[in-house]
Amino acid sequence: MASRKLELMVGFFVALAVAALMLLALKVANTGVAGSDQSYRLLAKFDNIGGLKPRSPVKVGGVVVGRVASIQLDPENFQPVVTLEINSSYSNFPETSTLAILTSGLLGEQYIGLQPGFVDESVAILKDGDYVEDTKSAIVLEELIGQFLFNRGN
Amino acid sequence: MLDAIQRLGAATLATVSGLGRAALMLGGALWGRPRLVKAWPLYIRQFYVVGVLSLLIIVVSGLFIGMVLALQGYTVLSKFGAEQMLGPLVALSLLRELGPVVTALLFAGRAGSALTAEIGLMKATEQLSGMEMMGVDPLRRIVAPRFWAGFICMPLLAIIFTAVGILGGHLVGVDWLGVDAGGYWSAMQANVDLQQDVLNGVIKSAVFAILVTWIALHKGYDAVPTSEGISRATTETVVTASLAVLGFDFILTAVMFGG
Repeated sequence: MASRKLELMVGFFVALAVAALMLLALKVANTGVAGSDQSYRLLAKFDNIGGLKPRSPVKVGGVVVGRVASIQLDPENFQPVVTLEINSSYSNFPETSTLAILTSGLLGEQYIGLQPGFVDESVAILKDGDYVEDTKSAIVLEELIGQFLFNRGN
Repeated sequence: MLDAIQRLGAATLATVSGLGRAALMLGGALWGRPRLVKAWPLYIRQFYVVGVLSLLIIVVSGLFIGMVLALQGYTVLSKFGAEQMLGPLVALSLLRELGPVVTALLFAGRAGSALTAEIGLMKATEQLSGMEMMGVDPLRRIVAPRFWAGFICMPLLAIIFTAVGILGGHLVGVDWLGVDAGGYWSAMQANVDLQQDVLNGVIKSAVFAILVTWIALHKGYDAVPTSEGISRATTETVVTASLAVLGFDFILTAVMFGG
């Protein structure tokens, strides 16, 4: 009987630890971007990505629709190429859509804002592996100040 | 001059032979197929002694450490208007550092010293030699269940410590200081990575578990079988295990998060 009591206590202890692990895994950590089968990839070239990092969010009107999967440099024309992973439930963006690198708040993280474009018969829908042509680079504060001072000089 | 060199040599030899004896002890205990079915009651008993009885101190300290972190973090973060980052602050410091390290230190004090004293006393009262006389291998009957219990229980205790600490941070940050509850959890989820943070924390505490349990068992098994020897072995367990945990913590942190 003593053994049964011990086993009960140990079982209770292990169950508590499993519950704590579930709390950490599900409530505390993010379980990653939606699986690769539920997302599709878009590519975009920017002139300057500023402080954009992999896993930065892609937002449409403030709603997160995907994340930045990777950032590479095009070896030929030295432009950053950003790969975006977009959730498959948002698969109807037209190819006239534009991307801009924006900042949340004055000091916040940078994210990609996606502005859906117009649709008519001649406009195709963006598919897996397509390039988004119309992109706006990140605003670099130093360049902005430089331009301001230059204009004041004139 | 020659005496100093001789003392250095003697200390080196003692260290090396101590390491060798510790390795031999662990090897002897873990070598061969564990007889799980036959030895099951022994294992359950050690899980109870090492794990369940350490639960109270782990839960209480986890709660208070989480609460203090939230309180201290809030005073600094509110100066920058960044109270939203309280969740990630509490979660990351607990998952990456405080959970594994404080659990290991508490475990060395609570369970490690008890293991050393128990085995040292068994040696002093010649129970270990008695077992050998009866053809029972004391390494496999006494040392192996205690090692496995420590190795499995400590990561579980560290996970419980971290979870309770995060809830304690919630208690102070959200319920008392008025940080937004949704912000606390969502900022935490945005900044905590399952593999990078949660898994690495568990790996850390598994390494600490091996260190602390091994040191405790070795010091007990190697103790001078007198009352003074056992008291010295118990002290050495707590000191050596704590230093080893802190040293290895630096190495592991540099490897996991440094690059």
